[in-house]
Order: sequence, then C-alpha cells, then structure tokens
Amino acid sequence: MPLSFNAARPNLLAAPGVAWLVAFMVVPCVLVLSYAFFERGVWGGVEYTFTLENFARVVDPLYAKIFLNSARIALTATVVAILIAYPAAYAISRAPRMTQPILLFFAVLPFWSNYLIRTYAWIVLLNREGLINNLLRSLGYTGEPLSMLYTEAAVITGLVYNYLPFVILAIYSTLSRLNPELMEASRDLGAGPVRTFLRVTLPLTMPGVAAGGVFVFVLSIGNFVTPALLGGGRFQMVGNLVYDQFLTANDWPFGAALGAALIATMIVLLLVQARATAHASGERRGEAAQ
Amino acid sequence: MLLAASLAAGAASAADLVISNWDGYMAPDIADAFKAATGLEIEVVNHATNEEIMGKLMASGGKGYDVVFVSSPFAEILNGQGLAEPIDKAAVPNLANLYPEATTLAYDPGNSFSVPYTWGTTGLCYRSDLVQGTPDSWLNLLQPTDALKGKTTMLATDRWLMAAGELAKGYSVNEKDPAKLEEVKNLLIEAKKTLLAYDDTTFYSKLVSGEASLVHAWDGWCNYGIGENKDIKFVVPKEGSDLWIDTIVVMKSSEHKDAAMKFINFILDAKNHAWAAQNILYKVPNKAAMDSLDKALAEQYPNMAMAPADLVKYELLRDLGSAQKDYSRIVSEIKAAN
Repeated sequence: MPLSFNAARPNLLAAPGVAWLVAFMVVPCVLVLSYAFFERGVWGGVEYTFTLENFARVVDPLYAKIFLNSARIALTATVVAILIAYPAAYAISRAPRMTQPILLFFAVLPFWSNYLIRTYAWIVLLNREGLINNLLRSLGYTGEPLSMLYTEAAVITGLVYNYLPFVILAIYSTLSRLNPELMEASRDLGAGPVRTFLRVTLPLTMPGVAAGGVFVFVLSIGNFVTPALLGGGRFQMVGNLVYDQFLTANDWPFGAALGAALIATMIVLLLVQARATAHASGERRGEAAQ
Repeated sequence: MLLAASLAAGAASAADLVISNWDGYMAPDIADAFKAATGLEIEVVNHATNEEIMGKLMASGGKGYDVVFVSSPFAEILNGQGLAEPIDKAAVPNLANLYPEATTLAYDPGNSFSVPYTWGTTGLCYRSDLVQGTPDSWLNLLQPTDALKGKTTMLATDRWLMAAGELAKGYSVNEKDPAKLEEVKNLLIEAKKTLLAYDDTTFYSKLVSGEASLVHAWDGWCNYGIGENKDIKFVVPKEGSDLWIDTIVVMKSSEHKDAAMKFINFILDAKNHAWAAQNILYKVPNKAAMDSLDKALAEQYPNMAMAPADLVKYELLRDLGSAQKDYSRIVSEIKAAN
C-alpha cells in the first residue's frame, strides 16, 4: 500500500499542473484549430461545412513564401543570439562563484519590464530623429540621418534582444554543470585552449545551445509584435498573417490553418531538440562507462 | 451568501443599457449626463476594432449589447444579418439636427437602421516646411520624389491601403474587378519600396518629429499632428478620396429598445454631439452641433470646415462581401513583397 502510494505520488503532484494545461491550453487550442476544417462565413465567422481548402491555401506559394521568410528571419535571430550568448554565458560561468548570481541577475533583468515597452525603447533609439542619430549629430556627423528602424535588421535586433536571456541561461546551465576535470584532462593530454574548447567544452554544451536556439527560433517565428513595430509593417511574418486573418480579414478558418502549421513546425523542432539532448546525454553516459 | 446574492442582483439591475464603443470616443462623463437627463443607467464597454465587436455580436447574435458603434460597412453587415433594430424616428426627434446629406447615405438612405456619429475622409497629411510645393495627388505619396523617399507612411488597414492605389488609378474604392485590382497591387508594391513604414496609429507623431514628411492619414488624426505643429497640413488629393462614417446601431436583440432610442436622441443633441468634434477633432454630421462650434476650431483645423456637400462627393466604403478575401490576399502579397 505505501509502495503504490509512493508510485502514484508523482502523478498526484502533477495533476493540478496537467489539469491547468489541459483546461486553458489544450482545450482552447483544439477548439481554435478545429476551425481550420470549416469554411469562412460570408460575413466573417465560421460556417460549419467541412473543407480542407484552408490547408491547401497554407501551401499556396504566397503563404509558403511568407512562412519561409519568417523561418529565415527567425533562424538569423537564433544564430546571432547564440553567437552573443555563448561568450556571455562562458564568461559568467568562469567568473568567481560569488559574482555569478549577480551577473545572471543582470542578464535576466530586462525581463522585468514589459515586452512592448522594451520594443518601443528600440524605436526611440533607432528612429531617424532618435537617440543614436542625435548622438551622431552632436558628435559632428552632418550627413543624412541613418535609417536603422523599419528594416529587417531592426526586426532581427529586436528578436535577439528579447530572447537573448533565455539563451544565456540555457548555455550557462550546461556550462556550469560541466566537470572541470574534463578540461584539465584535455590540457594534460596536450590539447591547447582552442582545441580543448572545440573538442571538449563545445560538444558537451551543445544541448544547452540547442535548447536556447530552439527557444529563440520558436518564439521568433510566431512573433508578430516585433515585425509590426520595428519592421514598420513592411515585413510580413507568419505571426502577422495569423493576426490579420483573425482580426482584419475575419477569416478565422484560414487563420486557424496557419496556426496549425505553425504549431506543427514548433512541435517538430522541439521533438528534434529533445531527441538530440537525450542522444547527447546518452552518449556522455556511454563515454563515462568506458 | 446574502451579500453575494445582493451583489448579483445589483449588477443585473445596475445598467439599463450596455453600449460598446471605441475607447475615448464619447465624453467620459456620458453615463452621469445621461442619467441626469433621463434617469437611466448606462454601462459603457470598449472595443478596439470593428472586427472585435463584430466577432462578439456574430457569436452571440447580438445578445449582451443594446447599442454599438461601428463603421458603416459593418452596420451594413449587421443589417444584412438581421441583427439591427430599425430606428424609431418618433423617439429620436434630434434626427432633425443632422445635415440633409447625412440622411441620404447610400448604405442606409433615410437612416433606417443606423445613425451617423462621425464622418470624414482620408488624404495626405504633410509637413509644409519639409515638402516642396503642395501635394495634390495620390501619386505624390505612391511615387514620391527622391527627396521624399523613405519619408512617407501609408495606412496599414487593408481597405485604406487599397483605396490609395485605387484612387490613384481612378478606380472605385470598392473595386472588385480582378484585373484592376492586379494593377493596384503592382502600383502599391512599387510604392512599398519608397515607404518608411505602414502606420495606422503613430503617423502624425512621425510628422511632428520630422521622421516622416508626408503620410497617408485620416483627416481627424492629421488634426492631432496639426495641434502640435502648425506647419502640418491636410489635403484631399485631386483624384478624390473615400468617405468613412462611424455609426450607431441598436441591436434587434436588445430588451431596452426605448432606452436605446433615448440614448441616440441624447447623443444627437447639439451640445452632446459637439463634444466629439471639440475633443476628438472629427467632423460630426450634426448641423446644430457643427454650427455651435467656436470658429477658432475651424481656423486651427481647416479640414473641420469641410462642407458636407463636398464630403459626400467622395465614395463611401461599402462592405465587399466575398471580395474581402481578394483584398486580404492582395494586401498579404503587398506586405510580403520585397
């Protein structure tokens, strides 16, 4: 009896969380996604006649192009975020134990303010009459003001800025758990710092890089606020397309089909990442056993 | 328990009317003023967009709302769906305050199911100190001179974005012919290359800061820029513009139709209707209200003085029915173009 209670306890503890997710995440998502199989009413709304046409529209070259373009922007943001986050996480993990929590605190600090406010702050910085251009002018620059806002680079900057803390945390967590003896062993065996990093540290921290990277990618590809504000509406991403279908075009079924495609993409990526992580940790256990 | 019961009873009986409107589109003390005048309680709820309130009304058959403020194409839809209550003319004597032009509007001649609240047009809002000459054509926006490249914005909402191209080509703002829409699309894709941004909400502040020099704007919103910088001016291009109208509709499902008619009559009172003109700087189709305005207002904001006869020359935005899909697709293509 006590044994079976112990076995059941994890399930009991998980129950409130699972119930919450099912009631407020799974059920609403399934309801909305089920619209994808019906027709748009003449006056908007949903007409309950079964159709697969909405899914056919998702793969129409126009929308497929928007999808691919979003993926490209999200991928660029992911790569840039990793390139910035890895050295930062590395530096934090090498800092004295006492200062590490302080450094991590600063890395996460931006999260304490509202996403919209942080994005608007970039508008204040980047616009043609903004802080950066004014600073340049006061430094004696007399040419045309730089057009930094409403560009793809501005959108990518906004995405990287907003999701960077996730990547720093994910990479830091794998770096801090790394056994320093492995690096020492590598150096004792004659490998230089670069080789040690490339052959030992980097491969062992790939799960953190992958987790952070998938996070940035998944959040970026569905983002609609950043492209609208920092891209000036000139860059259509899937998120904007879904938003438009629900709120302007009043085509809920097509919006639902686009949403389903987006969620499917995310699930595939998360599964791949989970498998890669499991694979990597399995490999490590295998190596340790040898 | 008793407390809960009395609270629930209180909530149910508190409001005689539930009114949905855009935030800030009526006087903040309207409920108190209406209660003082009629003894009736109103509850004002806000919607951010036409689409949002339409979604709610369609889902509930209109239940839960007595009076809604929507733009005219949506009033047309509500009537088409049988959700709009006919206006009881006898209960709304203040209808006599409306300009004659406001009683013969094509989507609802004779104000049978809707009453116009505000009206206006769309045009070019510009910094006269930064733009050479006086802009007078949609092509000034769509095919700007080199000096203006990267300093123009366009409205992002599909109907107005399309209208700029349609008017430049001399087509109807409700055009449905695919070949003509294709031409409009190509024109707007070319125009996109010269744009700073698509902007529905902050275009006038871009003019004030000097970030933009010439923007596609609703007349009332251009006034917000004019209020901050007197070099900002508004012009309706020579090819014409659209006429937009925000209306008041009573829901057929309302159980307080008499109170709803009293509310409409209250809004149409010259003093109450003038509030919108004075505070949101939109023209109102109410002659008595417009005549009561301080002349200084029209001097500061010249487009407030546009005569109703001139305003109604522009083509009304009408509901597109199934062609709305084509508009959405074209706008997606424009936004996705490089």
